[in-house]
Amino acid sequence: MSLSKMRKLKLSMIVDHGVLILGSLFMILPLVMLLQMTTIPDTEIIKTGPTLKIGDQFDDNLYKAMFEASGFAGENSGLSMLKNSLILGIGFAVGKILIGMLAAYAIVYFRLRFATLAFWLIFTTLLLPLEVRILPSYEVVQWLGMLNTYQGLIIPLIASATATFFFRQFFRSVPEELVEAARIDGAGPVKFFIDILMPLSKTMIAAMFIIMFVYGWNQYLWPTMITTDEDMYTLVRGIKQIVQVLEGAVVPEYGRSNVLALVAVIPPVLVVVFFQSWFVKGLTESDK
Amino acid sequence: MAQVQFNSITKTYPNGFEALKPTNFTIKEGEFAVLVGPSGCGKSTLLRMVAGLEDITAGDLSIGTRVVNHVDPADRDIAMVFQNYALYPHMTVRKNIGYGLKNRGTAKSEIARKVDEAAAMLNLTPYLESKPSQLSGGQRQRVAMGRAIVRDPALFLFDEPLSNLDAKLRNQMRIEIKALQRRLGVTSIYVTHDQVEAMTMADRIIVMNEGRVEQIGTPAQVYHNPATTFVASFMGAPPMNLLPAVVDGGQVMLEGVSFGPAPHRGKVIAGIRPEDFSPDPEGDLTIHVDLVEELGAHRLLHGKLGEEAVTVHVANESVAQTGPLRVGVKPDALCLFDAVEGNRI
Ligand SMILES: Nc1ncnc2c1ncn2[C@@H]1O[C@H](COP(=O)(O)OP(=O)(O)OP(=O)(O)O)[C@@H](O)[C@H]1O
Ligand SMILES: [Mg+2]
Repeated sequence: MSLSKMRKLKLSMIVDHGVLILGSLFMILPLVMLLQMTTIPDTEIIKTGPTLKIGDQFDDNLYKAMFEASGFAGENSGLSMLKNSLILGIGFAVGKILIGMLAAYAIVYFRLRFATLAFWLIFTTLLLPLEVRILPSYEVVQWLGMLNTYQGLIIPLIASATATFFFRQFFRSVPEELVEAARIDGAGPVKFFIDILMPLSKTMIAAMFIIMFVYGWNQYLWPTMITTDEDMYTLVRGIKQIVQVLEGAVVPEYGRSNVLALVAVIPPVLVVVFFQSWFVKGLTESDK
Repeated sequence: MAQVQFNSITKTYPNGFEALKPTNFTIKEGEFAVLVGPSGCGKSTLLRMVAGLEDITAGDLSIGTRVVNHVDPADRDIAMVFQNYALYPHMTVRKNIGYGLKNRGTAKSEIARKVDEAAAMLNLTPYLESKPSQLSGGQRQRVAMGRAIVRDPALFLFDEPLSNLDAKLRNQMRIEIKALQRRLGVTSIYVTHDQVEAMTMADRIIVMNEGRVEQIGTPAQVYHNPATTFVASFMGAPPMNLLPAVVDGGQVMLEGVSFGPAPHRGKVIAGIRPEDFSPDPEGDLTIHVDLVEELGAHRLLHGKLGEEAVTVHVANESVAQTGPLRVGVKPDALCLFDAVEGNRI
């Protein structure tokens, strides 16, 4: 009886692990292929594509990708693109979280006359994603003279119905008595927000940060429109450009762009790993 | 320490619901007043108005000598203990207790001293660095108490602070809270729907029903001289037996037996506490006992007197069996109420 139970347990464990391992391989193999292709000369990539051969070009490619400029003006090394991408991703995430939280705070905790209406207005902006309003948005940014600036990249996209919605749902689940206890304890609106609501929202903030950072990091269309200076390029754009610029003339610098692609993957992975542990800890600590 | 004065206080919620009818009374300095009543009678509403968490629709509320209708909760010099404790989950016990002081700009060393003192008083010293989630229900309750006493307020407000605890712990905390209040001498208003809690803790009980104050008095007054049939049936477990009677020829007649003179005429309601019956072979009344409830130290006999259900409380050495039982009524034990209004005659 117990033997067959154990066998069943083992079988199901093997199946579970099999599925997980297959899934991981499926996700990680393209990256491994990419890594392999950074180690061999570009001409070889054109000839053979990915192989099992490990070459000696990695250091070269890494140096070129990170420190050598590409493009016409020669101002966009991989390092500066990485910086731009980080500014965009972090600016996006922090801005969206901050604005979403403040909007939700106002809607949930203050007796505003049109709070519900305001909320639904914010909510309907979900129906108007960037792509729908990209031309008017561009107009406005240009009119404000914010082309080729970080503000121009970040501010127009910073209002977030999603974040507002999630924070609103979360704030509504915070017990009323906590607000009242804080009021009696002499915490005004600002203190309550900073001392109580922010720490309580830690897990929400972590989750939002993951989503919004990756969203900002992966932006392609908007930065392409708003920035024309090469020193404002982000990684996602830069990769494309390296391959594009040299096309036709010589062999495209595949090795170099592959390194950049790998570099572009790392920060989002780090963000997820770091905030996920925070996220899980917050969930399992179960503060009641 | 302060007295609390309710001057024609009323409360109508924005949706038009009248939660509190005009209410007048005064809670004396240092008194432990217990607000008791069934669910939805407006106890929390009243307490929250004192705390400043709910607007006062009309009337004046004063704490001490000051009318506080428009004073912010933080400036009323009160502390409140909530039913679900309302501890800040992300703060340690020390921070939880000290948060109110911190917001008032008390010096760090002073906060530490006061928190230590309060923690010692409540046996919380070993838990000062723990988070609320690591504490038991009783300990959390004590932290909530600590948060209240550390500020040394003029008035404590409690909203059913023990109803999330199990029966044993509830008894223990009841005694602790009462002892603490005695020691500190702080005026307190304590809301509960548990009449045992009210009886055991109160200096004075305020019995409420449907947004009205039914009676205010010491536990003994409320128990032995209920002002209305509502109070009679709400206070005491099991409640007072309420039996229809008539006043005929100046005599109260219950089941054809005379129970002394009464000034009234016509139909009345006679109230008799279960323990005011005593089994007596010579007794005037015969109860048909249907059920004997064994409670260890004593027994409850449930049965019928004529058509009316009655409960009799007897000591455990007396006989207990179903069937007819002759009982007498202790002298002066009868309370008479108006049959229509339910008010005491
Ligand atoms: N915000 C509100 N709006 C409208 N009606 C309310 C509101 N809060 C409470 N009430 C009503 O007022 C009445 C009294 O409520 P209250 O919370 O004071 O009752 P309570 O005596 O504390 O009851 P319980 O013992 O269940 O806590 C109830 O009938 C309730 O439905
Ligand atoms: Mg209540």
